[in-house]
Amino acid sequence: MASATDTGRQATAAPAAGPPAIELRGISKSFGAVQANRDISIRVRPGTIHGIVGENGAGKSTLMSILYGFYRADAGEILIDGRPTEIPDSQAAIRAGIGMVFQHFKLVPNFSVLENVILGAEDGALLRPSLAKARKTLADLARDYDLDVDPEALVEELSVGHQQRVEILKALYRHADILILDEPTGVLTPDEADHLFRILRGLKAQGKTILLITHKLREIMEITDEVSVMRRGEIVATVTTAKTSPEQLAELMVGRKVLLHVPKGSAHPGREVLRIEDLRVTDAQGVARLKGVSLTIRAGEILGIAGVAGNGQSELLQVLGGFARGRVSGTIAVDGQQIPAAGKGATGQTRRQIGIAHVPEDRHHLGLILDFTAWENVAFGYQAAPDYQAHGLFMDNDAILRDTRGKMDRFDVRPPDPMLPAKSFSGGNQQKIVLAREIERNPVLLLVGQPTRGVDIGAIEFIHRRIVALRDAGAAVLLVSVELDEILSLSDRIAVMFDGQIMGERLPAETNERELGLLMAGVASTAGAA
Amino acid sequence: MEKLPAWADLVLVPLISLLLAALISALVVLGIGGDPIEAVSVMVKGALGSAYGWGYTLYYTTSFIFTGLAVTVAYHASQFNIGGEGQAQLGGLGVALVLLAVDWPHWSVALLAASLGAAAFGAAWAAIPAWLQAKRGSHIVITTIMFNYIAAALIVYLLVEVLRPVGQMDPATARFPAAAHLPSFGEIPGLSLIFSKQVPANISFFLALAACFAVWALLWRTRLGYEIRAFGKSESAAVYAGISPTRVILVSMLISGALAGLMAVNNVMGEAERLMQNASEGAGFIGIAVALMGRNHPLGVFLAALLFGVLYQGGAEMGLWTNIPIELRTLLQGLVILFTGALDTMVRMMLVPAFRLVAARRIGGAA
Repeated sequence: MASATDTGRQATAAPAAGPPAIELRGISKSFGAVQANRDISIRVRPGTIHGIVGENGAGKSTLMSILYGFYRADAGEILIDGRPTEIPDSQAAIRAGIGMVFQHFKLVPNFSVLENVILGAEDGALLRPSLAKARKTLADLARDYDLDVDPEALVEELSVGHQQRVEILKALYRHADILILDEPTGVLTPDEADHLFRILRGLKAQGKTILLITHKLREIMEITDEVSVMRRGEIVATVTTAKTSPEQLAELMVGRKVLLHVPKGSAHPGREVLRIEDLRVTDAQGVARLKGVSLTIRAGEILGIAGVAGNGQSELLQVLGGFARGRVSGTIAVDGQQIPAAGKGATGQTRRQIGIAHVPEDRHHLGLILDFTAWENVAFGYQAAPDYQAHGLFMDNDAILRDTRGKMDRFDVRPPDPMLPAKSFSGGNQQKIVLAREIERNPVLLLVGQPTRGVDIGAIEFIHRRIVALRDAGAAVLLVSVELDEILSLSDRIAVMFDGQIMGERLPAETNERELGLLMAGVASTAGAA
Repeated sequence: MEKLPAWADLVLVPLISLLLAALISALVVLGIGGDPIEAVSVMVKGALGSAYGWGYTLYYTTSFIFTGLAVTVAYHASQFNIGGEGQAQLGGLGVALVLLAVDWPHWSVALLAASLGAAAFGAAWAAIPAWLQAKRGSHIVITTIMFNYIAAALIVYLLVEVLRPVGQMDPATARFPAAAHLPSFGEIPGLSLIFSKQVPANISFFLALAACFAVWALLWRTRLGYEIRAFGKSESAAVYAGISPTRVILVSMLISGALAGLMAVNNVMGEAERLMQNASEGAGFIGIAVALMGRNHPLGVFLAALLFGVLYQGGAEMGLWTNIPIELRTLLQGLVILFTGALDTMVRMMLVPAFRLVAARRIGGAA
């Protein structure tokens, strides 16, 4: 990590003369009453890596969409290499030398790398000459930029990191001089992220200009030359990376001082609350998702599950939450009592009855009904709870409403209006609603998936504090997160999942990102570099 | 899509849709050599201009409320029940079997029993598509449509071969016992001062109003309604919350079918007083339009049912008193459904810039 930072800093010294590669002047864009971008001006020097940070909803994506021709700005102008440029659509953006690597790749899975690269950029009706030309160009690009990908491989068979390289190759094949990357490391292992950064440094050395959008301050510090901070649709500061710190950036993003790491006392593990033995899940397509997972969690202890998304963590949470799909085998015991892993008797309701609360990974599709009001969402999953019932079949809406007001107060949900639909709250406030609902039931076991995904930095601190407080009150916590930072700062023990298995358990004090990264990539620690 | 103010969403959009439908209908009337102004005045006068007209309008309204509510309940569970027509026909069978089985002493007892019969048969007819959807994933739109045809064929068979009294020529059941006659508006104390005995609107109108209230309470006050709505909004989230999809689909469709079946209390028991072929007269389909236009809320369903009652009765009068054929009624209904249901978004899109302008001017004025 340290050596990588050094090389990044050295490259900063490269002189940059001439007009800025990208200059935005007074860009504004509003959607109805919401002003997503307000009078934004940025100058990006050619041959540099320029970071754009900001909380969710700060307007980063809108700004990039304007630059790539998805939206038209209400006001302002765009200059590329000093020339005013109209970008009405993405074709125009490509002609202007702008390439975009989206957070969610836009690749055809059952096409080869080569076919994906030329898709939309074919020279004529016949593919063969285009493919031949592309093969040659790709070989050159791979050599120049350390971007080696097998051109004949099918995209669906590539790892996520390689798929991302295909996206970069697509942009370079279209002669992009300016690359925009939107949250590029969200889906990568630490190793893959390092490799990506090596590629980006190579591109920079060749004179390419890179705009990096991210919310990870560590990455900004590691790789960018300059960074612009956005807050509520405006650029609040543009600073030279070498002269700033993560704490300063966080403060600029949020508008107040933020604790990046929640202080946490040592754990006092008590009785064994959860014991899972040889848990296996095979999905409807016959693919094994969990391949014999065994673990235990004690009361007053946070077990963090690290791993790249899609290695069985979701299935583990689903089984424990009572809504597993596919074939399930293995045993689960809570407080010494065996409970069914799947089938009848394994539902969200029966799980809640024995004190398992669940803050799901995906609050939009699982944890909340976005069209429901906040108070209806507070009852969600607890619609059968005795304190929410009136007489007979009726629910006591007034009681739920009262409870919601209290929860919004205690969890600082803003705006504190129980009648607003869930979709009109920010990500952080939505998550607080879910968290308040699950934590205030005083569960014996709390399942938490990606507690701070899409959550503003300011709210992260609050959410982490609550999870630690629940642990200190004696609950067992199973934390699943793809953010290593989060795992390292919250967990009392760390288990790493890869390909449906636990690769190993570590204590946070006795491990580091490097070791965890290797485990996450499926490299067993004893096997060395195999 | 940007949001419109609530009043525009609930009042303005349907109103503009209606006007557009009326405008095109007027053009058609002009095209076939009629006088649109005369057509409108005959329609409105025929439907609302007299107690007699109201007596028919409210009769149709009653049927449309039941079928509209049926679509509404299923809709909230994200099930598109197109089978109201068949469920209403089976409801008629339930009414007929109940009323012919026993010599009922008084209409009130008969109404209670016939309602149960109608609801049970309607629900049973919806149960099969619901089970197929919940357990086998057969799409409910397809199965309920097919069940409409099966219902029609089944009723014809039963009327011709089983239920027709010996010696009777037309395919229908025997008349229901006289004691089971439901009081029409002309026979209800108080209302009888306004309505004549001949109007078909009857006491089941009040049953329909009660059903509106019951559906509202079910959806927004009970746990079952909460689970239905949660499932309808997001199946994955509902499963996370421990709500059983099978149960919600089955229960919501049973209630939906029961409501469609209850329509038979109005037309079969209240009006025809025997079961005939095609007794539901398309009301099951109109219920879809009523629910769409009524935004799947019982109050909206009531208002939309009233509107369609006016169209139905007014259209019949228009066919009677002008040279415009009665088929124009079908055209008008079709256009109303097209604009309020399918082209709703189009009207909304036309309104969004207008409201944006207003909002911009207001902000500009404040600055």
